Amino acid sequence: MSYGAYLFLAVLEGTVMAFVLAVTALGLSLVFGVMRVVNVAHGEFFMLGAVVAWWVSNMIGGSPLAGFLIALVVGPLVVGAIAIASDWLILRRVDYNPEATIVATIGLLYIIQQSVLILYGPDARSIEPPVYFRVQFPWFGYSGYKLIVAGISAVLLLTTWYALTRTRLGLYMRATQYDQETAQAFGVPVRRVYALVFAIGGGLAAIAGVLVMPIQQAHYLMGHDPLLLSFIVVIIGGLGSLRGTLLAAFIIGISDGVISVFFSPTLAKILATLLVSLVLVVRPQGLFGEKPP
Amino acid sequence: MKDKRDKARTIDRAATQVTRRTAIKGATALAGIAAASSLPGTRLFAQSGSDEPLRIGFQAHRTGIGAAYGRWYERTSQAAVEHINETGGIAGRPVELVIEDDGTDPKRGAEVVEKFASQHKVDFVFGTLFSHVVIGSAPRAGELKMPYFVVSEGTHVPSGSLNRYVFQPGITDVRQQVISMAPWMTENLGKKVAMVFPDYAFGHDHRDALTAALERLGGEVTAHLPIPPTETSFTKYFPKVPPGTEVLYHVMVGPGVLTFVKEMGEFFGDKGPELFGFIDSLEAVDIASPGLEYLDGSHFWEGLPRYADGYPTEFERFYREKVGVDANGASVSDPKDVSTYAHMFGCWETLYVIKQMVEESGYVGPTAKDKAALIEALENTEVFEEGIAHPQGKKVFIGKIHQSFGQQFISKVENNKLNVVHRTTIEDGLYEPEADYTTQSL
Repeated sequence: MSYGAYLFLAVLEGTVMAFVLAVTALGLSLVFGVMRVVNVAHGEFFMLGAVVAWWVSNMIGGSPLAGFLIALVVGPLVVGAIAIASDWLILRRVDYNPEATIVATIGLLYIIQQSVLILYGPDARSIEPPVYFRVQFPWFGYSGYKLIVAGISAVLLLTTWYALTRTRLGLYMRATQYDQETAQAFGVPVRRVYALVFAIGGGLAAIAGVLVMPIQQAHYLMGHDPLLLSFIVVIIGGLGSLRGTLLAAFIIGISDGVISVFFSPTLAKILATLLVSLVLVVRPQGLFGEKPP
Repeated sequence: MKDKRDKARTIDRAATQVTRRTAIKGATALAGIAAASSLPGTRLFAQSGSDEPLRIGFQAHRTGIGAAYGRWYERTSQAAVEHINETGGIAGRPVELVIEDDGTDPKRGAEVVEKFASQHKVDFVFGTLFSHVVIGSAPRAGELKMPYFVVSEGTHVPSGSLNRYVFQPGITDVRQQVISMAPWMTENLGKKVAMVFPDYAFGHDHRDALTAALERLGGEVTAHLPIPPTETSFTKYFPKVPPGTEVLYHVMVGPGVLTFVKEMGEFFGDKGPELFGFIDSLEAVDIASPGLEYLDGSHFWEGLPRYADGYPTEFERFYREKVGVDANGASVSDPKDVSTYAHMFGCWETLYVIKQMVEESGYVGPTAKDKAALIEALENTEVFEEGIAHPQGKKVFIGKIHQSFGQQFISKVENNKLNVVHRTTIEDGLYEPEADYTTQSL
């Protein structure tokens, strides 16, 4: 394979990864931005999305496309409901205290993980891709479904951006992020916004989980990697910044693709972690984060 | 004074006389016991007062990446124990399996060994599959002087890198598997081979063994592609397979294997190299799963053929039925629950090795002396004959390196089914031992 073909594959792989990563990390970033909660259980929401996708497509049977489309709706709804419940049962009880929420979400991580282990079992299960076609380039073939994943993710990112900047809910969220007390004084239902943001954050992770399910396999331990990568992305981009999260997801995704193809995937992870350390030293607030007051 | 001395002499004499008289009786009794112990199914220890159950610790991968294997290893072991107990137990004693989950984690593995020794007070520990867990647990087993029987395929047992308490009598090791199959592969598929393997001990065994074997056979490794154990996406590795590669040799384990095969198919299409894989990539996976169409026509190693017509012997049939596996290699109660058939026979065979060794060595309880006797008895064993105890086939056991040698199967995927196309002999896989555990102190 020629140099150009290599690079093309690397960029292709990186772009697909970047889109999925952007959706996942966006959820984490939103939750931190608005609620100041570092959600360590975020990766488990991703895993739940994939597990629900498997469950739905098995219940439905028949056409994989129908199962997938239903999962795309049911997945984030189920996870969103779990997120609202955990907000009400756990986060609200510890008064969103930053340290307490970290510990609480670590607990949540294990509760979700072990519940899935009990209910769903320890196996890795796969589902059929909703649409299956192979794109044959002159040098290699590529999964058509992966390109669709990138497309859906892009639409999702645009929708989130629109909701944040052009709707009343977005306004509420931005107001709460900017100054919680003032927002409340102006009649923003902060508590409800919190619950909703936590649900949206979890829902985004769940959609990412549903999307990758036909590529990867649902497994109760699959939440680790997306959690780690989301943190890397969010730290580089700046916690709470939508723009930063997107940019960082593409930096990490594409560099991971290129470095993995040309050198080794392990080196890609090493460099990503190194980049995080560098950002923390040179620009602790991240590329687009606001300076702490 | 004289009287006293005489008295003492008299007593002495009396004592001697008693001993002489009983000596003959004792000898007769001993001969009887020796004769009894050579008969199968006699309740030797019930007679000698020890009918306490023999406790065997089973280190199970119930959770973590080895869970699918763990589930079937557990079922196979339960079936073996059930059958052993139905047919008179071990040396007349019932067997009790004590199961602990190691989470497929080396650190937890060592803790489990510790727990077996100090809390459950088991006689032996057995059953571990994943090589990193074996390597993590073996040193602790050695320190605790706990006989530790693994069912791992890892070459770390015969290579001499573990210790005298670790044995692998129930399953063959990667090195002999590779040595015995490499000639068939180079003759039938090609000599230029690219290798995809997991980047830890088990994968390294494959890398080292095949690279050396190909060199001897005049073949060539065109690329080594080690894959980190937590990898979830594989497309990026395939461009590293150089053009001109005739065979892609793949061995992968863990939750990512289906993705691996699917992405391989997407990448190469019909222009790819021949595929030769280890069934490890597809253990517990239905060959008819979506995305696996690409494997049609490719070849796999199997330790014991998944489909019943692959090795139709009376013992294999018996074993299959006892474990509850149907003719397609899935659970009789759920055809979607595919077994890890190519590996799990190792648990059955290992339990029978333990049975044989306990009975031959006169093992009674977990004392240093009894354990030493059992270890030495196993080290002096040379052959395990094919039978109910060894349904996969005859094994040659090399005591110096604590490893069994046996036959291997090569199967071809045709119409969503594995058909055996070649069976190697034990001799094909034999290699010169490079270690000697028997020189280590007990």
